[in-house]
Amino acid sequence: MTDLRKVNIDGKEYEMPGRYTLMQACEEAGAEIPRFCYHERLSVAGNCRMCLVEWVGAPKPMASCAMSLNDLRPNRDGSPANIRTNSDTVRKAREGVMEFLLINHPLDCPICDQGGECDLQDQAIGYGRSETRYDEDKRAVEEKNMGPLVKTVMTRCIQCTRCVRFITEVAGVEELGLVNRGEHAEITTYLQANLTSELSGNVIDLCPVGALTSRPYAFSARPWELRKTETIDVMDALGSAIRVDARGSEVMRILPRLNDEINEEWISDKTRFVWDGLKRQRLDKPFVRVNGKLRPASWDEALATVAEKLQGDPDKIGAIAGDLADMESVKALKDLMENLGVRSIDCRQDGAHIGEQGRSGYIFNSGIAAIEEADAILLIGTNPRVEAPVLNARIRKAWLEGDAQIALLGAKSDLTYPHTYFGNAPSDLESLSTKKHPFITAMRKAKNPMIIVGMDALSRADGAQILRAVGKLAAEWKLVREDWNGFNVLHSAAGRVGALDLGFVPLKGGMNTGKILKAAQSGELDTLFLLGADELPMDQIKDTFVVYLGSHGDAGAHRADVILPGAAYTEKNASFANTEGRWQQTRAATAPKGDAKEDWKIIRALSDHAGRTLPYDTVQDLRKTMSTPKDEVFDPAKLGAAGKIKAAVFAPSSRSFWFTNPIARASEVMAQCASAQVTQLEAAE
Amino acid sequence: MASRHLAKEQPKTFAFSAEGEKQVKYWLKKYPKGKQRSAVIPMLWIAQKDHGGWVPEAAMRVIGDRLDMAYIRVLEVATFYTMFNLKPVGKHLIQVCGTTPCMLRGSGDLIKVCQSRIGSAGSISADGNFSWAEVECLGACVNAPMVQVSNSDGDLYYEDLDEASMNALLDELASGKAPIPGPRVDRVTSAPTGESITLTDASLFDGSRAKKLKKIPNAPAKTKKAAAPKKAAPKAKSATGKGGK
Repeated sequence: MTDLRKVNIDGKEYEMPGRYTLMQACEEAGAEIPRFCYHERLSVAGNCRMCLVEWVGAPKPMASCAMSLNDLRPNRDGSPANIRTNSDTVRKAREGVMEFLLINHPLDCPICDQGGECDLQDQAIGYGRSETRYDEDKRAVEEKNMGPLVKTVMTRCIQCTRCVRFITEVAGVEELGLVNRGEHAEITTYLQANLTSELSGNVIDLCPVGALTSRPYAFSARPWELRKTETIDVMDALGSAIRVDARGSEVMRILPRLNDEINEEWISDKTRFVWDGLKRQRLDKPFVRVNGKLRPASWDEALATVAEKLQGDPDKIGAIAGDLADMESVKALKDLMENLGVRSIDCRQDGAHIGEQGRSGYIFNSGIAAIEEADAILLIGTNPRVEAPVLNARIRKAWLEGDAQIALLGAKSDLTYPHTYFGNAPSDLESLSTKKHPFITAMRKAKNPMIIVGMDALSRADGAQILRAVGKLAAEWKLVREDWNGFNVLHSAAGRVGALDLGFVPLKGGMNTGKILKAAQSGELDTLFLLGADELPMDQIKDTFVVYLGSHGDAGAHRADVILPGAAYTEKNASFANTEGRWQQTRAATAPKGDAKEDWKIIRALSDHAGRTLPYDTVQDLRKTMSTPKDEVFDPAKLGAAGKIKAAVFAPSSRSFWFTNPIARASEVMAQCASAQVTQLEAAE
Repeated sequence: MASRHLAKEQPKTFAFSAEGEKQVKYWLKKYPKGKQRSAVIPMLWIAQKDHGGWVPEAAMRVIGDRLDMAYIRVLEVATFYTMFNLKPVGKHLIQVCGTTPCMLRGSGDLIKVCQSRIGSAGSISADGNFSWAEVECLGACVNAPMVQVSNSDGDLYYEDLDEASMNALLDELASGKAPIPGPRVDRVTSAPTGESITLTDASLFDGSRAKKLKKIPNAPAKTKKAAAPKKAAPKAKSATGKGGK
């Protein structure tokens, strides 16, 4: 950018782009500007007045968030405009603003959940007067209902409207608003309805005061008591950066961390509020089924029982890895099974037809951040709002800021942005490119065209045929170029890409999930090893001996003959590859529950018992054996298999957003959200 | 002005009257395509007129649907402007201006009349005829103190009131008459009361004191050559503001 402006900030001269706001310029110059309403990822409101700076010569201080360097004119002698961020005028202005903000703010910090991490508290110390001069009555505002997640104490609200702007701009549902005016202004939803956004929890972080706080976390801990662990999330396949706050052995809350490549600074409500599921339905000791009943057992007994079963005919043994399986345990299990001669292993418990034709065929090739560069996006058989709400916000951003055109072929749903709807018949994919439609033209001409295909499409019986049709579209529209790869698979399981990267798919002559289940139904399968796989039709498994290794007592554990208690994602240092194929690691925030161990260690111990000791003793040694598959030349047109796509339409996903994995199903908060959603839907009808 | 809330008892549905619908169409047409949401204020106003002087919650939903606008956005507008009544009002809504000029000229007396005859602000009189509110400046300061009466006849100004004329006004309204709007003292609109005391000389108006114009100030000097450049001609015309056809 050549549009550079000279400006003098606190006595030093700088040259900066003219589009910079004064706030950006001052921060660039190293000055600290206090603010409440301004937020980098939201529109500028300029209503808190906390960011005032002095423009020498101007009669009044300036709101630095709402004024750009282009708005400044030089001094009369031609020297650059002087901005002061630490003069007496500025200090006085800040004190004044602070005093006004505190006029109606209650002094209830000792009972406020925001206490200790409150912008208002911090800035009152830093920039406010030392005592109040206000003797009149303070105003009081009624509490507002916003649903089971967001607790409100609206008397504390300072009307910065960050929450309103977030819900409107990022979450894309216009549900919050500022009603009345002046002294009586209040933030509310329409008639106090629940927030329906899957991103609503972010308003808790955005609120600079204690007006919007976390309802499940209410009054349970103070920030300075918590042990903070930076880790990643596994509730969806994005691998959002999170911070897990724990006290003792308990996870108290989950907050987002900044990662511009993936989640910016948002996380979905499932990611944020799932932590109470980490305390319920936990498997804390090994169990062995004796005479039809599970009874606690020692590790040695449980492992010996499993080891004995694994000595059987390797062709009659199967292993399925679930959605939350980490890469270390998947790798260890694969090595063990290979060692035993077992060929029937699979990580696609939903039967998705991906993963055997090269890495580019099953990952989100363009990367999540690149969605912002896309100018035409076609969604096929996916509902990103439910499968990956944060990614959906990114698509919305592409539409809002980049004018991207978006179309959907799949189950109809409210995606929070306008889109062309091509119906929900997958057979239309074959004729889609011949359609005379402005979107198809746009797709052909687009600089950065993008297809996002979801699991609703690929996990159908004819998923391979759909994948071929999608691949053909990608080839025809030249989605794969030297500098751009717009062929994207959106996964819904956190462990899927990692397991595919490690090749946890049927070895030559082995059975896939569907065939394993069929064999289990007909009695041809002796032993089935479930690595945290719970989303299977357990009633189909008849006499097969089932080993379940996982953290929660869900469907898999109920059916199991031996339960090996593993660790949840907050309790282990494990690797996950997100839908982009990005390898990331979780960090243990707490210890595993009871006798539970990290999953790969259990498999390592099991290999010992089975007499097939795996050749690694530490997680570092294990990781050395893991590597991403080399990517061969990618030709999307060759993906999948030829054949006819069935006429059946894409059905709306039967799985609720709140119940996609065992941890979420164990969470009471998720259940509350689901029932609140149902009540609201019924009321609307 | 106390905090404004929606009325507890609300009609379930709302529909514009035929006349209201006509006006809605007019307003929708007035704004360029894609900017139809600008019609939210006129539509709320029409809804209020159609619904006995207040906006029910159902009307906000109807308007939101019509303008493809989130309900909360309509609610924001309706609660922001105090001209929208969110609760039922009397047949005649008396809006007493209480801003400085009216206050200095005795709006306190008018408020006292309202309080004694109607009740507290926002309440409806027992016969359902009246409710009243104190409002900010209505822009008729020269006729202070004044009230605006909103009823089925429209929104009319009654000016230069005092306790007696206020009582008389309420009596007239209560008896079903339509009192003529305007000042309640001897004056025409905002002209001085009584006889004129300035500009009374008749010769001011009969033209006898006018002097004959000898020269138009700043007029361009007459050009001698008739074949003046054509371009200059319109400029000269516009400079004098005269000439032409």
